[in-house]
Parts: sequence; structure tokens; C-alpha cells
Amino acid sequence: MSKKFIKTYEDGPVGVIELNRPEVLNALNRQMIDEIVAQLEDYQRNSAIRVIMMKGNGKAFAAGADIEEMKNDTPTSMELADPFAVWDRIASIKKPIITAVNGFALGGGFELALHCDLIVASEDAKFGFPEVKLGVMPGAGGTQLLSKAIGQRKALEWIWLGEQMSANEALELGAINRVTSKELVEEETMRLAHQLAEQAPLSLRLIKEAVDVSSDVPLREGMKLERKNFYLLFDSQDQSEGMQAFVEKRPPHFKGE
Amino acid sequence: MGQDFQTIVYDVNQGVATIKLNRPWAYNAFTKEMNREITKALKLSSKNEDVRCIVITGEGKAFCSGQDLQDVDEKTNHADFLRSRYHPMLKTLKEIDLPVVAAVNGTAAGAGLSLALACDFRLVKSGTKFMSAFMGVGLVPDSGMMYVLPRIVGYAKSMEIVTLNKPITSDEAHKLGLVTELIEPDEWGEKTSAFAKQLANLPTKAFSLVKRYMMDSMHESYEEFLDKEAQAQRIAGQSEDHQEGLQSFKDKRKPHFIGK
Repeated sequence: MSKKFIKTYEDGPVGVIELNRPEVLNALNRQMIDEIVAQLEDYQRNSAIRVIMMKGNGKAFAAGADIEEMKNDTPTSMELADPFAVWDRIASIKKPIITAVNGFALGGGFELALHCDLIVASEDAKFGFPEVKLGVMPGAGGTQLLSKAIGQRKALEWIWLGEQMSANEALELGAINRVTSKELVEEETMRLAHQLAEQAPLSLRLIKEAVDVSSDVPLREGMKLERKNFYLLFDSQDQSEGMQAFVEKRPPHFKGE
Repeated sequence: MGQDFQTIVYDVNQGVATIKLNRPWAYNAFTKEMNREITKALKLSSKNEDVRCIVITGEGKAFCSGQDLQDVDEKTNHADFLRSRYHPMLKTLKEIDLPVVAAVNGTAAGAGLSLALACDFRLVKSGTKFMSAFMGVGLVPDSGMMYVLPRIVGYAKSMEIVTLNKPITSDEAHKLGLVTELIEPDEWGEKTSAFAKQLANLPTKAFSLVKRYMMDSMHESYEEFLDKEAQAQRIAGQSEDHQEGLQSFKDKRKPHFIGK
């Protein structure tokens, strides 16, 4: 797929996706989402990539969906095009996806960030769902993913009011992971990405799977999956290496096998 | 540049932006328009790359006597009043990276005192009086006074200043640590502009980082703070002014900082 609205590059084991429509604060249109998902799947298949990092070019992460593109839609045209279905494919990415949010992450932009595993924000970042003010509501996972992250009551209040929230407020609620200086958000996110890339890739993958199901399945089922994943890792070379390195008091070197 | 403003005079000269409250007949009391214009002037200054220091001062005998009570009656919703008029101004003031000096040329009372407290430095003309004033009309101090004052002078003194509502002389204020520099009236113009120029020649990037994080340190854990400090130093370490600082040290000369 040609990349019209994103830029991609690799920084060692980190595959980067940069939203690249700075002239409209990276407003998400349908092709852009298609490009992002296709690139995520490319990185998933690429064994040299261990961690995926997303970020926005310019003053914002993504200031929402492209309103122009959808203002004349009807329920039928929406159902036929089903523009949000492609988002579900993000959930099948097994590698860690972390995102650097500088400036605005609003509406679809916030939803995209919530689809990532970890969110690092600049101290001047603003998060919010303004959909209610346009007479609609989040449609690409906002109500579900935010409730999962911060609980039902706070999510309702936030999405109902359509207000923007500062990075520090979002951090306090548990909607994001870290807040950094605005000048360093990319650098610090990249540092975190490299730190993750040092960990055993299969461990990261099976941890992600187990944590992801924790809010969807009954506790006993989750415990079972966790246990199976734990046992499964004992088949990996990285388990032998990790435990050997621990005994030998040296840092491990993981290969992802 | 000042032609757009009705209640203030705004001027930029040699790296220093001056916001002069200009309603001397009302002791520069705040009106809705004045809150709005101060906010606008602060934003203009922060967008202007030539500006490296902001001075807020008053025209005439007073610095600022607080809210103009002609705007207040029994129907006023004081919470809405603060949220819509004062908070945008105060938040802008806090967010601005540049040094902001209150050049307190005369009485600072009520929200006028809050404004002076919200600035990074206070130059005070000798003979000036400060007064919290709020409890004199049955209100609590607002515009951030209860947040900032105890951080400067401590809890006990803040309680006295606010609840006993006694005027504080400039000498007392100096002893309390409220005053950066006490200036005699005949040296006022000269010394305030010298101080502003001194700030305008600092390594502005480093200043902005200090301003951003020093206040935060009071409500953060040591561990969180140390990480912020590391980030701040990383940013400052990449500035041109840091390179100039190192070079001037080697050359045994005074550094010339450009604010980048």
C-alpha cells in the first residue's frame, strides 16, 4: 500500500509510524487508518521489529476524524463502507505498540492512542472526545477502550461533557502511562521502546495477550490462560537464556525464539 | 502595537514587553476588558520571539486595586466570574515560559495583590502598601492568592495577612520575602528597567525550564521530581546558550546568551 498520509522508518528494532498530515493536525481520514493498519501488520510480520512506536508529525498527535469526509454520510453509506471495522485489526497486533502524544489527541486521534498499549504524552498534550458537541459519539472504540482504562463513571463524565483533559489529569485517571517534557516526548518514548525491545519478545507477546483478556473473560479463564502462557514460555530459548543469565549474574540476550 | 488595547498600554522594547494597567482613575481596578486584554498581551508576548521578559506595572498611583466593584452586585455568581474572567489570565501567566515581573509601583490590593503574587518576581516601590482586602468585603482571597501566598511566606503569615486584613508596608513585605527588590521612588524607572534587561539577557530556555518545574516540585515525590530534573537538564544541555556558557567559561569571558 502506498503511504500518502503516514511516514514510516525503522530505528533498530523499533518500527515507527508517523501520522503525517500536519497541515490539518493529522486529522484521520479513512485512507490514513487503512495505511496505519497495513503498516502495523507489516511490522507484525517483520521479525526484525520488536516494538512499534506511533507519533504525530507537527503540533498534534491527531486532532480527530476528518469531518469533511463524513458530514454527508447516511446510516446506509456508513454500514456499506463500515469505516471503523478496520480498527479491529489493530487488536490482533501482538507486538507492543507504544505511542507518543504531543499536542492534541482528540476524537479518533484519542481512540487511535487508546488502541495502543502504552501512551506517553507531552506535558502540554490535550485528550478528549468532542463528538458529543457535534451531535454524535465516539465510534471507533472510544466508549469501550476508555471505560476499560479508567472505569465507567469517569469515562461517562469525560465523554458526555466532551471536554479536553490535560496530560496530568489523564495520567492521574490512568488513561495514559507517562507525562514528559514537551521537548522530549519522542525521545523519551523511543527510549521506552528500546527498553521494551531489550525484553524477551515472546514474554512481551504472551503478557499482552493475558492482560488484554483480563477484562473480557471470567477470572478463572484468565488465570488459566496466564498459566498456559507461563508454561508455554518454558519451551523458548529465551527462557533458558534468561534464567542462565540470572544464575551467571550477567544481562540476558534475548533472540525472540 | 498598543492601538488595539483600551485598558492597558502594551509595548515591546529591547527584549522586554511591558503591560501597563491603564485605568489610573480607578486605581487600575480589573474590568472584564482588562482581564481579557492582559491575557491577550501575555499571549502576544509569548509568541513574539524577540521578547525575553515581561513586566506588568500600573499607570498612576496604584499597581492594581483588584476587582472593580462596580461590576459586582447581589446577582453576581462569583464562581462563574472567576472562571470566565480571571482563570484564563492566571493560567496563561503560569504557562508562559518567560520571566514575568510585577513592577509594583503603588498599592496592590485584592486580586491586584494576587496578580503580583502570580508573577515570578516583584519589584516594589518603597512606600507601597499591600492588602489582601477580600475579607474586608466578606469574601475569601481569590485569583490564586491562597495557593501562592503560603508558598512564599508560609502558612502562619498567610493566615495573618488574609484574615486580619492589615495593610502591609513595603518594608514588612520585604522582610517577609515578598519583594525581590525594594526601590526608592527616584530610582524607580531606572532600576526596574535594569532588572528587566538583566532577565532578558538570561539563558531563556534554562529559565523557562526552571519556571516550569520549580513550582511542581512542591507537590511531587522526590523520585518523580528527579526524573523531571533529568529531562529538564537534557533539554537545557541541547541549547545554544549552554554551548555559549561552556565556551565563555573556557575563554574566561562573560557569556552572551541569545535565549535559544
